Amino acid sequence: MSALLAMIRRDLLLVMRRKSEVLTALFFFVVVTSLFPLGIGADTALLRKIAPGVIWVAALLSTLLGLQRMFAADYADGALEQIALSPQPMVLLVAGKMIAHWMVCGLPLVILAPIIGIQFDLDTSSLYILMGTLLLGTPVLSLLGSIGAALTLGVRGGSILMSLLVLPLYIPVLIFGAGAVYANSVGLDTSGHFSLLGALLILALAFVPWVTAAAVKIAIE
Amino acid sequence: MTDTNNFDKNRLVNWFKLSSPSTFYPVAGKLIPFFWVLTAIFGLAGLWVSFFVAPVDAVQGQGYRIIFIHVPASWMSMFIYLVMAAWAGLGLIFNTRLSAMMAQALAPIGAWMAFLSLWTGAFWGKPMWGAWWVWDARLTSELILLFLYLGFIALQASIDNPRRADKAGAILALVGVVNVPIIYFSVKWWNTLHQGASVSLTKAPAMAQTMLLGMLLMALCFWMYTIAVGLMRVRAIILEREAHTDWVRQLDEVKV
Repeated sequence: MSALLAMIRRDLLLVMRRKSEVLTALFFFVVVTSLFPLGIGADTALLRKIAPGVIWVAALLSTLLGLQRMFAADYADGALEQIALSPQPMVLLVAGKMIAHWMVCGLPLVILAPIIGIQFDLDTSSLYILMGTLLLGTPVLSLLGSIGAALTLGVRGGSILMSLLVLPLYIPVLIFGAGAVYANSVGLDTSGHFSLLGALLILALAFVPWVTAAAVKIAIE
Repeated sequence: MTDTNNFDKNRLVNWFKLSSPSTFYPVAGKLIPFFWVLTAIFGLAGLWVSFFVAPVDAVQGQGYRIIFIHVPASWMSMFIYLVMAAWAGLGLIFNTRLSAMMAQALAPIGAWMAFLSLWTGAFWGKPMWGAWWVWDARLTSELILLFLYLGFIALQASIDNPRRADKAGAILALVGVVNVPIIYFSVKWWNTLHQGASVSLTKAPAMAQTMLLGMLLMALCFWMYTIAVGLMRVRAIILEREAHTDWVRQLDEVKV
């Protein structure tokens, strides 16, 4: 357990020393969501309708931006091999990196989302639902994305390839996340969406660290 | 020692021997013409049944006949993904070279089947539904299946070390297999939740016997085609990867 915490602490410390990278991903999220009203026009009814989808797609893309950093720097300077050689279980260490990634790239989106939502004229209950779905959904994005990040380590054109691999896997999260906000806005029950998002999170937590650990081992072999 | 030898001799074919590329290569070469002949037989029979025997559909007229290409292609696209992932998983677990080559050989065929299924579906959809594309659950999941194939091919193509490419591809294929049912159901629920009365893919309630026969014959034709092309591809991959070995250099087709 202490290995997990140590890994989270280490990754957060590294991020704090280079804040610009993280802030770029967050800034990207804000800019992309702000572009949609400019491109589509300021029709509030339309904006309210597309808001959940736009915010969720922007969250997907900005999570992708941060993913490259999860293993790439450690792979380049050899730290990843040292991590793999350590007596601690690889699964825990990799899980620590995923948690750190979520705290840096997922959690801020949850906090930023209501501000973006207000720009799209969402009402208060929709904002709560949006934050709730992002809180459940963004950890799944970090988890699934780590598979792509590990598989494309040191590969030519890795970052573009990673988005090709990871984005199709993100579809269920997108559907249930944006779907909950939409269902709420038309007065439907959203508990089903939340249950499914929770189920995805539990499934991903249970299996993905092992898959990513295997993928990292293949990369540094 | 003698025991194991007897055990080997008692078998008609030693299947484990075939897992080595050098023994598999000539066997595959002998099987390919056989599967091409079967492809031709099933294809001709299937086309004859589907164009001349199967009755005209009461609702859709002659246009429905694209079903005889569309449905087998869709079946194959899904089935090939499972087979590909199974080979990739075998290669990952037992570290057999040939399994990974099989997975690599099957991926482009599966991708073409998925593409063919979408393409013929669009041609069918335009006259019947009045739209090339609708965001129906089946169409969307087939499209995502195509994306998964393309991701697998792209990942394998961009890693230079073949061993690493095989293993990384295997992990991706296995993750895809787990995710395919999740994607399918999420797309399905999304569709029913949001779209209300959407166009359903369910065909005429009772299918005529001859229509079913035509479809099964065409499906068999697609099966044989997949096996034939898969074996041809795997032979090419074996030659490429084993080019440094003696047995490849001594092959007649390589010497020339």
